[in-house]
Amino acid sequence: MQSSSAINYDYTVAKYFTVATIVLGIVGMTVGVIIAFQLAFPELNNLFGEYGTFGRLRPIHTDGVAFGFTVSGVMATWYYVGQRVLKVSMAESKFLMFIGKLQFWLYVVLVASVVVSLLLGITTSKEYAEFEWPIDILVVIVWVLWGVSIFGLIGIRREKVLYISVWYYIATFLGVAMLYVFNNMEVPTYFVSGMGDWYHSVSMYAGSNDAMVQWWYGHNAVAFVFTVPIIAMIYYFLPKESGQPIFSYKLSLLSFWGLMFVYLWAGGHHLLYSTVPDWVQTMGSIFSIILILPSWGSAINMLLTMKGEWGQLRENPLIKFYVLASTFYMLSTLEGPIQAIKSVNALAHFTDWIPGHVHDGTLGWVGFMIIGAIFHMAPRMFKREIFSKKLIETQFWLQTTGIVMYFTSMWIAGITQGMMWRATDQYGNLSYSFIDTVEVLHPYWTLRAVGGLFYLIGVFMWAYNMYKTATSSKAIEKEPQYASPMA
Amino acid sequence: MDMEFIRNLQGWGYVAMIFGLTIGFYAYIYHLYKSQKDGVKDYEKYSRMALNDDIDDSLVESLHPQNNKKINRSVKDELAE
Repeated sequence: MQSSSAINYDYTVAKYFTVATIVLGIVGMTVGVIIAFQLAFPELNNLFGEYGTFGRLRPIHTDGVAFGFTVSGVMATWYYVGQRVLKVSMAESKFLMFIGKLQFWLYVVLVASVVVSLLLGITTSKEYAEFEWPIDILVVIVWVLWGVSIFGLIGIRREKVLYISVWYYIATFLGVAMLYVFNNMEVPTYFVSGMGDWYHSVSMYAGSNDAMVQWWYGHNAVAFVFTVPIIAMIYYFLPKESGQPIFSYKLSLLSFWGLMFVYLWAGGHHLLYSTVPDWVQTMGSIFSIILILPSWGSAINMLLTMKGEWGQLRENPLIKFYVLASTFYMLSTLEGPIQAIKSVNALAHFTDWIPGHVHDGTLGWVGFMIIGAIFHMAPRMFKREIFSKKLIETQFWLQTTGIVMYFTSMWIAGITQGMMWRATDQYGNLSYSFIDTVEVLHPYWTLRAVGGLFYLIGVFMWAYNMYKTATSSKAIEKEPQYASPMA
Repeated sequence: MDMEFIRNLQGWGYVAMIFGLTIGFYAYIYHLYKSQKDGVKDYEKYSRMALNDDIDDSLVESLHPQNNKKINRSVKDELAE
């Protein structure tokens, strides 16, 4: 650590990951919109031969937005927030700066290998865990480097207390490490039996054990990628942008432990009515319902933080992003437990209601929080005011409309689908064939794709606004304390 | 060990863990509010940490305990010593 008093926070690595967040947001969501249109208009599958089919593109969308856009956003905000709440600069440790940069460039290699391998159809076929073993090893290296960065920065901090956001970042690191390693235990077939290519593997678990580990992972990937680090963000960015202290710090601690305690047991709800033990299914249902409490604890804490300051919602578009993110968090953490109730799940399972639920969470909560966080960071990182407030407002309303179109169309489609699948005539024969449901659902799939397109246009507006902010917006002399300056 | 015994062990172990964690969680809630009420620890002072996060802002708690009695110490003060 240097002994000069002229220390400034160093946002080099945060800037790198900010660029990655924007680029991967565009890539992941463009692919998402393409596959949404493919579902409505199947002839679009034939645009780029085998490389443009739904099967090849779908994992690029899911992994692109989860492990590309979201994880980059988590990293960008960590390398920003971590320094500030620990009151230590990355510039004070050459080692940590090196680790941060190394982590970023290895991450770029990782993303490239993921995109290429998935386009070539090289996959383990496990949902959200499609990467083959050589890529898994690279994931572990990148993750360990992030761990070195987190605990390294904590090790040289000046502020003794770890702010609640830091707790959530640590939980993200530990949670994903545990989940990823255990779910990706795999046997490289070539080296064990001479079968397949050198990069092929099969899961170390078999049958319903594999399913249980997979959905323990799958659901907790939602927990530790889409929830925990995003809560870390809102606990920092909403108070900071609004100038309001957290409503109840004790509630934030309780919600943290509640979430950690409950979330890990809820994954069984993905396997309701399948061949896993009944008690696993019941446990998944019960813990999913209990999960409402810690989730709403954080969300309500954030909304109460704005108590008496609701005027800011009118004036400041970033507050709009945060408050709506928090509201969507409440919506999706109520909707998820409802879907996990066994009798509701009998209708909802495998229907479009499920991607509808996923997307009001990811577009509304995760996307809005990351977009809003990076807008807040921009004037501090680039020492310029945000290029256009009007553009943010337009982006906000366009994306909100897109999200509403997305989840409402999927609600209607999903429930219609579930009802049609279950419908029987007086003799017990199924009333509808599969193609009957396809015909009825077609307009809703089109609406979903258009909603997604609205959101994507908003992401391009964000990218343009960020580019102009970084390059040609008006310079600011002093760092803003709370509300971000914007033209 | 037969399978039946292992299943029993898993089941009761699970019940014991849930019970223990629930008790621990409620004890933690009690501890937080009791400490705040008795003036042992003011948790709510941490709620401003995001607001006062400039490198020159005062530390909520210094890593050096002897400095905690000196009010409004900043990173600058720490470095000056």
